[in-house]
Amino acid sequence: MFGEGFLRTIEVAALALILALVLGIIFGVISTSNNKVMRGIARIYVEFFQNTPLVIQVFFLYNGLAIAGLRLSVFVIGVLGIGVYHGAYVSEVVKTGITSIPEGQVEAAKSQGFTYIQYMRYIILPQTIKIILPPLTNQAVNLIKNTSVLAMISGFDLMYMADSWASSSLDYGPSYVFAGLLYFMLCFPLATWARKYEERLKRNDTTRTLYDPCEEAVTC
Amino acid sequence: MIKLQDVNKYFGEHHVLKDINLEVAEGEKLVIIGPSGSGKSTTVRCMNFLEAPTSGHVFIDGEELTQKNKIQLVRQTSAMVFQSFNLYPHKTVLENLTLAPIKLQKLSKEEAIKKARKYLAIVGLSEKENAYPATLSGGQQQRVAIARALATEKKIILFDEPTSALDPETVQEVLDVMIKLSKENITMVVVTHEMGFARVVADRVIFMDDGRIVEEGKPEHFFENPTEERTKLFLSKILR
Repeated sequence: MFGEGFLRTIEVAALALILALVLGIIFGVISTSNNKVMRGIARIYVEFFQNTPLVIQVFFLYNGLAIAGLRLSVFVIGVLGIGVYHGAYVSEVVKTGITSIPEGQVEAAKSQGFTYIQYMRYIILPQTIKIILPPLTNQAVNLIKNTSVLAMISGFDLMYMADSWASSSLDYGPSYVFAGLLYFMLCFPLATWARKYEERLKRNDTTRTLYDPCEEAVTC
Repeated sequence: MIKLQDVNKYFGEHHVLKDINLEVAEGEKLVIIGPSGSGKSTTVRCMNFLEAPTSGHVFIDGEELTQKNKIQLVRQTSAMVFQSFNLYPHKTVLENLTLAPIKLQKLSKEEAIKKARKYLAIVGLSEKENAYPATLSGGQQQRVAIARALATEKKIILFDEPTSALDPETVQEVLDVMIKLSKENITMVVVTHEMGFARVVADRVIFMDDGRIVEEGKPEHFFENPTEERTKLFLSKILR
């Protein structure tokens, strides 16, 4: 029973993470573009999903859409709801990463004739990944833990299984402790890896070019 | 080859370029000098639309450079070398040279590598092809940047203060490479304070101040008898 829920949690988390990454990269990139409308759209997406509770968003998908006649399976709701919610956070992480790349990189790329999409893909994003990997991993950890909201819409995930086991056996303590342990098993290695990676990054930060401050003050 | 016609540029309220009219012939080596804030960097940056003029026209090879065609036209005609090198730090030296030829000029990987090696040899850095930029000295990075510009085989190379960020000892190695290039039929526009370089290489020197072209002529003219007081004052400070 716990095994089933554990598996379900992993499935939802993995798919939601993919969705969050895709959305996060798309919205992160357009939130640094020069186009005001695009930036505005990204802003609205981020602010909306960051500033309303995930539970309400998931409830909306579950109950709200049902009223409108659209019935999604709990699994799909989990992936969509959690993916879109964390996509907003990933978007902010990606945006921060992109803006931390010196402007000279974009200028070099433009001077060679790269288009916006091309230089994002070949030059800016590859440099960004290294910087954003730790905060991104923290997002993954949060995402895994947040899959537990599915319990509230009978999602058959780990938390739901713990709930139902607790209420049928009345062993509340052991049930939740065990579920907690399973979440910990998933999250702890990720979080530890992120922390180690970040420490290593700080120790030998040699791959970035020496950045000359003169460049920013548009020397004429 | 390059023509600026009535070019004006504002940064907000700040009037950086004031009615710049300038033509650069094919194969010409033009050196632009002037105090900081005079608009010389902005002038070269208008030549590849890193800065779009607020008003006026820029022509490359007879074709007007616009927001619409800038990517295509720049891709075909010009390369740039920056003060801060701007090499791609996540790529090796060789990859820095082959990225644009492979992705933009659709060369095969083998061809691109062959060309890259040729130009790395010209700047004297063949042995560094697998190094990452951060492991090179400033002078070496700038030579790689020049090789990167060469590897795309454009008619025009724009140099925006290529030696200003270098320590004095490495300035010469970069200038030597540029002098070597000047023997080729590449159109070179160089913003620099290196008057020694200008004397050897320049077909023409322009002195800019406060967004205007104050004086222009052969390099000798600037050494022997500059006419404008402003030019004299500036030169007295940089020529010692």
